[in-house]
Amino acid sequence: MTNALRFDPIRLPEACQDLRQEVRAFLAEEMARGTFGPGKETSPEEALEFSRRVGARGWIGMTWPKQYGGQELSFLERYVVTEEMRIANAPVRPFFAADRQSGPTIIRYGSEALKQAILPRIVKGEASFCIGMSEANSGSDLFAAQARARRDGDGWRLNGAKIWTSNAHLNDFMIGLFRTSPATTQNRRHGLTSFVIDLKTPGIDIKPIGMMSGTREFNEVVFNDVFVPGDNLLGEIDGAWKQATSELAYERSGPERFLETYDALRDLVALAGPEPDTRMAEGIGRLVAQLHTLRRMSVSVAGMLENGVEPVVEAAIVKDLGTVWEQALPHRVRTLAALHDDEGDGGFEERLNQQMRIAPKLTIQGGTTEILRGIIARGLGLR
Amino acid sequence: MDNSELVAQTASRIFRDHADAQEIILSGNEDWRVALWSAIEGAALPAAFLTEEQGGFGETRAEVYAAGFAVLREAGRSALAVPLAETMLAVWLLAQAGMEAPGGAMSVAPADPRDRIRFREDGSLEGRARRVPFGMAVDRIAVLASRAGQRIVALVDPKDCTERVGRSLALDPTPTLTFDGVQPIAQAPLPDDFDPQDLMQMGVAARAALISGALETVLDLSVRYATERVAFGRPIGKFQAVQHMLARLGGETAAAVSAACSAADALATGQPAEALLLEVAAAKIRCGEAAETGTLIAHQVHGAIGISDEHVLHRYTLRALAWREDFGGESHWALALGRAVCASGTDALWPLLASR
Repeated sequence: MTNALRFDPIRLPEACQDLRQEVRAFLAEEMARGTFGPGKETSPEEALEFSRRVGARGWIGMTWPKQYGGQELSFLERYVVTEEMRIANAPVRPFFAADRQSGPTIIRYGSEALKQAILPRIVKGEASFCIGMSEANSGSDLFAAQARARRDGDGWRLNGAKIWTSNAHLNDFMIGLFRTSPATTQNRRHGLTSFVIDLKTPGIDIKPIGMMSGTREFNEVVFNDVFVPGDNLLGEIDGAWKQATSELAYERSGPERFLETYDALRDLVALAGPEPDTRMAEGIGRLVAQLHTLRRMSVSVAGMLENGVEPVVEAAIVKDLGTVWEQALPHRVRTLAALHDDEGDGGFEERLNQQMRIAPKLTIQGGTTEILRGIIARGLGLR
Repeated sequence: MDNSELVAQTASRIFRDHADAQEIILSGNEDWRVALWSAIEGAALPAAFLTEEQGGFGETRAEVYAAGFAVLREAGRSALAVPLAETMLAVWLLAQAGMEAPGGAMSVAPADPRDRIRFREDGSLEGRARRVPFGMAVDRIAVLASRAGQRIVALVDPKDCTERVGRSLALDPTPTLTFDGVQPIAQAPLPDDFDPQDLMQMGVAARAALISGALETVLDLSVRYATERVAFGRPIGKFQAVQHMLARLGGETAAAVSAACSAADALATGQPAEALLLEVAAAKIRCGEAAETGTLIAHQVHGAIGISDEHVLHRYTLRALAWREDFGGESHWALALGRAVCASGTDALWPLLASR
């Protein structure tokens, strides 16, 4: 058990803090040129241009092998870039998923041909990914997936539908989970296989799903006899459950798992002003203390990744604590702001309302709270 | 294995041999304290925060602080009910003024950031200190006092003080001591760069280490109980409702461990004042929250047996909760941190959070 609770205090090396300054300067430049910023709707084209410039800086796939265009830098350096982009609300959509999980999965499980074809494009900011796991009747219960892949010559034919696929309408590729055999009575996780799918392939229909926050993000992706070349297979046929769980470890512990509603705190501190009353100051102090501890835990997990550990339980703990916190944050901010006389800049309430519309999804995406607690319980030896 | 791990292992062995919670409860008396304290002094644990130069074991401050806080995490894992943390802090405070520790058990005052103790013109002390841990049960108290703006460490015999009896949640002594007219046994000035906050920050980090260690044992006890206790035909740990409660206890414990280790590391390595305030306040606040949530879950999982006096659980849960009170409560530190954050403004918040 004590293993699950290492969370050693990592000190970011000097090189990381130098890099941080570079990233901040770059982002300030991008804001100055109008790529993104408060009140600015970044278009998909602008986001793609931004993505290419980030790639040119060498900030996508930083930890990957040089032979595929990576820099072989540390997970801590990647962490610094990720958190600075997140805190600035930079339009990272075109490269975020690929950098975080699709790329590392391809490096680990992809064919050589696939690696050479795709990784350098991700690094340049020119190949974006979405994640095709959920289906209408398969959410947290990943192994209930019904969408099928059957052999067709050297390749595969895909049929079925994936749902809640973030940004599929803007992305180039999907890593999708498909059934290649029925589950066995001994192992209900058996029979699923992972593929890299080019979303421009004929037979793919991407339909938008509206969200309560008004954000255009989710899609249903329907596959109608879609051909996938054999080289696009990831890992073991029928054995994708092994790799799906390790992919999720990358997905769970990053700064995006507690900073999603950070703007609410930023707004509150601005509203409070330099001399807040006791109630406001104490409330802000508590929130900052909680956030700091979450970040230190998350940095610690990045340190474990750097040391070659696969911190599945630690990552689950960070995501559980982090998403519950960021979900509650706008509501806490609302309570603290309630007795404040000044109404701020007028946009305060509107922005807070939007945070509260987004909040429910934070403990659902990338592994629900219930699933995470199951993983932690297993780590504790209860399963 | 580095120095801090070695020292922590020694401490762990001593606590296992002489401070076993079940044996303490079964003994029904206080005799265990004598052998435990003698083993603690035999291993020189009270000097754990000192460098070789100051009469301790490590070469650098970073090294000895790491060792000292590791000892306290072990002490927390054993719910240690003798004034080891207090003696370590007193020895540390004396060393800051170049004073040698007299030996025996000690405590420190003030232990509440709102209290001030001053020298009178006749050389005696004046002022009171609330909640001095183990106040009358120690041989000496290291008092942080001031005289005309100069900070001075004064060594005091608690028998010379006036006591108002106080007990912590865990029933350990925490009297309020009044120092009016008390003549110090010894005294020495502190260097000019010593901030009275330094003592409070060391105290908070010490308590955080203790709380995090206690929660680790609370978690272990709870998981073990859940795998052994059978209800409705299976171990209760097989029920999802119980699993999720224990997962939350695991998360809270992890947060406490992380916050305590991070603050200890910040004090060991030295950080700018604002970053230190953030680290220390975060350890105070997050360990306090973890103690509340975590101990309540542990008791819920244990059911009725956990609240009986013969079960060990309360030795850990009540101390984890009691340790929140010393060197300023969560509200004190939240207020200090919140004011500092607001004074620096909203654009300075992220750079502060990302400073290490």
